[in-house]
Amino acid sequence: MISRWLVDRWVTGVALLVLGYLLLPIAVVAALSFNRPSSRLSYDFAEFTLDNWRNPCATSDMCDAVLRSVQIGFIATVLATVLGTLMAFALARHRFRGRSAINVLIFLPMATPELVMGTSLLALFVSAGVPQGFWSIVVAHVTFCVSFVVVTVRARLAGMDSRLEEAAMDLYASEWQTFRRVTLPLALPGIVAAALLAFSLSFDDFIVTNFNAGTTVTFPMYVWGAAQRGIPPQVNVVGTAMFVLALLLVLATTLRGRRTRRTS
Amino acid sequence: MIGHTGPPGGRDDMSPPAHLPGGSGRRTGPQPPNRSGRQRLLPYLLLLPAAAWLVLFFAVPLVQLAAASLYDPAGSLATGYAMTWAFGNYPDALAAYWPQFGRSFGYAGAALVLALLTGYPLAYVIAQKAGRWRNLLLVCVVAPMFTSFLVRTLAWKTILSDNGWFVGLLRDVHLLGPDGRLLATPVAVVLGLTYNFLPFLVLPLYASLERLDPRLLEAAGDLYAGPLRTFRRVTLPLSMPGLVAGTLLFFIPASGDYINAELLGTPNEYMIGNVVDSAFLVRLDHPQGAALSFLLMAAILAVVLGHLRRTGPEEMLR
Repeated sequence: MISRWLVDRWVTGVALLVLGYLLLPIAVVAALSFNRPSSRLSYDFAEFTLDNWRNPCATSDMCDAVLRSVQIGFIATVLATVLGTLMAFALARHRFRGRSAINVLIFLPMATPELVMGTSLLALFVSAGVPQGFWSIVVAHVTFCVSFVVVTVRARLAGMDSRLEEAAMDLYASEWQTFRRVTLPLALPGIVAAALLAFSLSFDDFIVTNFNAGTTVTFPMYVWGAAQRGIPPQVNVVGTAMFVLALLLVLATTLRGRRTRRTS
Repeated sequence: MIGHTGPPGGRDDMSPPAHLPGGSGRRTGPQPPNRSGRQRLLPYLLLLPAAAWLVLFFAVPLVQLAAASLYDPAGSLATGYAMTWAFGNYPDALAAYWPQFGRSFGYAGAALVLALLTGYPLAYVIAQKAGRWRNLLLVCVVAPMFTSFLVRTLAWKTILSDNGWFVGLLRDVHLLGPDGRLLATPVAVVLGLTYNFLPFLVLPLYASLERLDPRLLEAAGDLYAGPLRTFRRVTLPLSMPGLVAGTLLFFIPASGDYINAELLGTPNEYMIGNVVDSAFLVRLDHPQGAALSFLLMAAILAVVLGHLRRTGPEEMLR
């Protein structure tokens, strides 16, 4: 029994250390967003300042890159969410031939290294003579986001109570009315979650983007280039702001989920 | 009388006569009982856009990459490449860059071992011990993904810096010599890889361990199994699906990654991704880049298919 107690403590201790390992860099990014570095290539904390937060766009190329990442992320998210949701409905709600082939087609992009996906799209664009830039990045991002949307939305559809839809039909709702008034509202949290996932995947992607960007610069590509020339501390402002935004989003959805559970 | 020798239930199996209300047919699901031609076409119409997109921008490019890997290596991007079925590109690329290949799998493998040693206890504690802290701890696991991959990798440059407290601490306890450093060594690259892909290992493991019935662990204890034996005979086998999925989700991106090697290492730590990047974007040697990229794909596919034979793709997608 003593040994079990010891093992328990030890496992919990390891787990807490690992959590620290996962969270430490976030704390460092937040700290560095208040740093005035001693030189362009220094990564050490030198002096506290609020300047970086006051003028986040002091290096204007960085803000252009962030804006471009948001635009690309938005377009890619809308396209991937529409394509993926339609496919998820087919997989969750219909029987058809070729189901396993479709499963493989969804699974393979998730199992393919980004390096391979990026270079293969580059090979396609070069051989087709399509110039690379904003739109080739959008195409690449939609390609790796679709699978994740399908999987997320399908999981939501599979967990839904199909008796609610049957009840709607029994109450003389047409198929379209059932879909609009029952199925879609129930599936919506899954679709929103899939869209958020797609946006974060797109916004943060470096490897696939790097091979298909031409001269277009997204935020991760800006950071990559700046790592060689010297990182402006405002990069950490963007990193911290992203973190805070995402955290608020998670908090808002959990609180909302808790409230709806209490009222129902 | 001969006609009655058929299967006795033949008549009864037929659908009810048309004048009865067809209410019982609703049981099967949301689809109406009689499916018209339009209904049978519907799933294909829903599938078509995404399937066409994936074929056009995922499958066709892979074929194009395979083709590019067999182009005449004497060509260039400016003059155009000729298809000469140059299978020699593969052995040539391997001969020139086998150290980088070895490092890709060596570093990713070392990171995987570290990630298993650290991620398993974490997933276990969240799933079995955390109680009402569970959701908070899960948010902490995915928290690194809330900020940018490159920015958080650069943060490791600060943490592992030669003048930082961490290296100072290691020097004080003589784990590092007085001039010892971590940045620009394989250790930094492996630590970065472990850190960046650890959530992909922990989440599927957590999902498996969360389904583990704690009564099974108690039963093992009641039957005089020690902690180690309980782990080996009960916990580990029951967490296998999560372990397999997590291992793949960790190893695939880690072996193809080159951000950690570039930002935390030196050219002496370059992995295959760094070489492919420079082949396509700097040296503009597309046949070689394509061959290296395809070799990585083949190696990873071999690992994935080995795993899939045990679990099946439907299981992986869950």
